[in-house]
Amino acid sequence: MSISGRNGEFGAGLRAAAPLLVAMVPIGVVFGAVAIGKGLSPLEASLMSLLVFAGGSQFVAMDLWTHPASWSALGFAALLVNLRHVLMSASIAGKLDDFRGWRKYAAMLVLTDESWALSEFRVIAGRLTAGFFTGAALSIYLVWNLATLAGALLGSVMGDMSAIGLDFAFPAVFIVLLMGFWKGRETGFVLLASASAACLTHAFVPGAWYIAAGALAGLAVAAFGHEEAAEQPA
Amino acid sequence: MTLDPNTLLTILAMMAATVATRLGGLLLVSHFTLTPRLKKALGVVPPAVLMAVVTPTALATGLAETIACALTAIAALRLSLLPAAALGVAAVALLRGIGL
Repeated sequence: MSISGRNGEFGAGLRAAAPLLVAMVPIGVVFGAVAIGKGLSPLEASLMSLLVFAGGSQFVAMDLWTHPASWSALGFAALLVNLRHVLMSASIAGKLDDFRGWRKYAAMLVLTDESWALSEFRVIAGRLTAGFFTGAALSIYLVWNLATLAGALLGSVMGDMSAIGLDFAFPAVFIVLLMGFWKGRETGFVLLASASAACLTHAFVPGAWYIAAGALAGLAVAAFGHEEAAEQPA
Repeated sequence: MTLDPNTLLTILAMMAATVATRLGGLLLVSHFTLTPRLKKALGVVPPAVLMAVVTPTALATGLAETIACALTAIAALRLSLLPAAALGVAAVALLRGIGL
């Protein structure tokens, strides 16, 4: 591919990501501020965004944060919350043949819900190139980290955010994303199983186990539900 | 600027877990063939995980949060990510403001 073509694809990735970048600024700022509220230093908050770079699990970590921090509980919580990346990378990897060898692995390291969704959409629209993925993924990485830093530095002056509801930003985003995965009645059963198991586990078991319990209950319904339906006469 | 050893260790553990999930899918499809049942189960990972994550907020935090979650879900049927989420945040602030 020519240099100008590569630049064009990079620019297309940037343009596609632009609305998400705008949405990400307040969320990143909230993360930085929440982290300061939990007793992290601006350096620690920034390191988490730079190295973990997974908003959902970073918010869950803030929810479960203790002093001193429990690396095993939070590492496991991050694993559970980010299990969806296994699926996302499995799905997008086969469509990213523009990346050769180790570059495909490097690309997966900056995979997020946002860059994944944009890339899957690009596949439907035509062809997914390395330039497009790089433009989308790197701009998201840059904005998430700048927003975290801004929030961490502003954190102490922002005060209690529950009064203006900003602590609700991430559950709200998750719910909107969740609604996008609706594929009919079967999804309803998956959600019901997940919510029931998560609710019970949350009530009786401390820590982030409710995420694993809910997710596994949902998966079990999907894995074994179909066969039961097939056994019944249509 | 402080860097607590426990905090650093926790961040590194979270990084290792996240990297494992990001590379896991790629390694999985390049080395194994998934059974249909496993594929079906993996296909619902996103809604199953997201539902479990929001359940305590939606069902076990307070009336304001429960109502705001329901409003956000309804808003998501019509609005895109940013306006729907903003509506949820505004709703929870309002509901808390009136003492729910």
